[in-house]
Amino acid sequence: MKNSTLPELYEEMRRVRTFEERVGELFVRGQSAGSMLHLSIGEESAAVGVCASMRDGDTFTTHHRGHGIFLARGADPNRMMAEIAGKQNGYCQGKGGSMHIADMGLGHLGANAIVGGGIPAVVGAGLSARHTQSGAVSVAFFGDGATGQGILYESMNMAALWNLPVMFVCINNQYGMGTRIDQATANPNLHERAEAFGLAARTADGLDVEEVVDAAGVLLDGARSGKPAFLAIDCYRFYGHARKDKSPYRTDSEEEEGRKKDPLIHARGKLMASGLMSEADINALDARVAVEMDASIDFAVAGQEPQMASMFRDVYDAAQPEPEPVRTRIDRVLAQG
Amino acid sequence: MAMQEATYRDALRMALSDAMSFDDSVIVMGEEVGRYGGAYGVTKDLIAEFGPERVIDTPISEAAIVGTAVGAAMTGLRPVAELMYVDFIGMTMDQLANQAAKIRYMFGGQIGVPMVLRTQGGTGRSAGAQHSQSLEAFVMHTPGLRLAMPATVDDAYHLLRQAMTQPDPVVFIEHKSLYTMKAPLNPNAEPVGWGQANVLREGDDLVMVTYSRQVHYALAAAQTLQTDHDISAAVVDLRTLNPLDFETIRPLVENAGKAMVISEAVLTCGVAAELAARITEECFDFLEDPVVRVAGEDIPISVSPLLENNSVPTPELIIETAKKMFV
Repeated sequence: MKNSTLPELYEEMRRVRTFEERVGELFVRGQSAGSMLHLSIGEESAAVGVCASMRDGDTFTTHHRGHGIFLARGADPNRMMAEIAGKQNGYCQGKGGSMHIADMGLGHLGANAIVGGGIPAVVGAGLSARHTQSGAVSVAFFGDGATGQGILYESMNMAALWNLPVMFVCINNQYGMGTRIDQATANPNLHERAEAFGLAARTADGLDVEEVVDAAGVLLDGARSGKPAFLAIDCYRFYGHARKDKSPYRTDSEEEEGRKKDPLIHARGKLMASGLMSEADINALDARVAVEMDASIDFAVAGQEPQMASMFRDVYDAAQPEPEPVRTRIDRVLAQG
Repeated sequence: MAMQEATYRDALRMALSDAMSFDDSVIVMGEEVGRYGGAYGVTKDLIAEFGPERVIDTPISEAAIVGTAVGAAMTGLRPVAELMYVDFIGMTMDQLANQAAKIRYMFGGQIGVPMVLRTQGGTGRSAGAQHSQSLEAFVMHTPGLRLAMPATVDDAYHLLRQAMTQPDPVVFIEHKSLYTMKAPLNPNAEPVGWGQANVLREGDDLVMVTYSRQVHYALAAAQTLQTDHDISAAVVDLRTLNPLDFETIRPLVENAGKAMVISEAVLTCGVAAELAARITEECFDFLEDPVVRVAGEDIPISVSPLLENNSVPTPELIIETAKKMFV
């Protein structure tokens, strides 16, 4: 288990937050590929707390707000930022971007821009793990918005029916875009739905990363031995849905209240109260992380644009012919006359 | 195994069974594929041979069946998922079109999704408007998905075996009216290659380009046209619509100067529309007539056999159309 001590958990959460802040900066500088950038600021404990109990060989999918999860599973912030900038040296050679980042080496089966779209893949990965007796667990990360999608329930039902090594993690940041959870469902106690399907299910308070670690650790152990699980993590989405969203659908006072649920400030308090780290130690750590994440912007900005020739590549396997470009086709057809 | 008489259904089952014996990573999953043996009996007895861990009965959850196959294919298995009717494809379209079809490209070529989605479509059983459609255009309109539609017993076996070795997701659409068709089958024969069309009848006057059940209607019509009207029609069975083998079609059309595209799917924006456009573009200088689409009517399919049978091309319509091209 990595990142299991509070200083390590805090550092990982700080890396996530600072990375997300730099993503925002990349956008402001006009160097991101588009504005469809969904930041997980305020939700760091969910990503870090669950990933702390995952192992090498485990696989996972994420939703569109998945930067933090991938970082916490060991992603290189440079290659992530390059991908977000649409560059050749990004994880997906600039074709995927923020919402379709993936890395098979780290078990990342893909972020997804369809709400709930990545959930059933973990059931399939669970079948593979059982077939090969690999001992791996597959984890689906998604937001509360996905609890409105039928595919979640189809997937939970199958995982429970077949006792697969699968875990469903619902990061409940209270909002599906601009719609608050209590405007989207009559019963916001999301773990109760999973219980109804026969999953081991809990809700953890995302304010305290150690509470998330404890809950996720127990549920992941269970999943590994064939008892699929569901964990809801309560937190608050500090900023708008995507970069251009100024959250006109919620009040300043609500945001002020919500941002008090800050897992980093909470962890800082615990570190200092317990004497594990002094304020100076923490500030030094924060500064070190800032340097690392600053470098990711430089890396992304310096990265090459993809080659035009790559446009027709990877629609199919590399050994197959590439699709014929429209211009080539037009020229060939008109050359007849 | 030597030459034997087999039905289209038997040939499909043999392909699944042989692939599963050969490759432990092949699994079959879907509604009623195990204990029931498949709604059309294609997977009959496979569960006895390979067990419930490899022949997996699923709940009625089409989207998650396809999504599970996607995840399994990404992590080392070769899933063959069954969608009981192609009419249910709408339930699966996110997993098929947004996930399976796009994963290789979105992720920069890191990984493919080597899965097969077996399903069946078409008319002929009074199954009504929601169980009789020909929705291949949905699939062909989505880059990243391969599309195979076997017309013959030979292809029921060989094309399915080939589909199960493809590196990319294949939608494999059988025809519900062909399951009981019988023909000699040699599983050990060298098959026509994946992605290659098959010229089933040569002809100098007219080229009929088609696939799936309409291949048989075209062959019957071509025979009558030759015998009764002295019109020599070639018949091309496309076998796969993606990849599309245009190079087999081209010289035939250049030689005959007349082409007809035959498809059971509705006419508008159908596969026939794409084929007609291609032939027109590619063989423009050789065409004596417009490329004619003999396709399904732009209407839903009725339960009444009379209405149903007349909603899609018949051998009579093909003959009638061909004759008009020689007036």
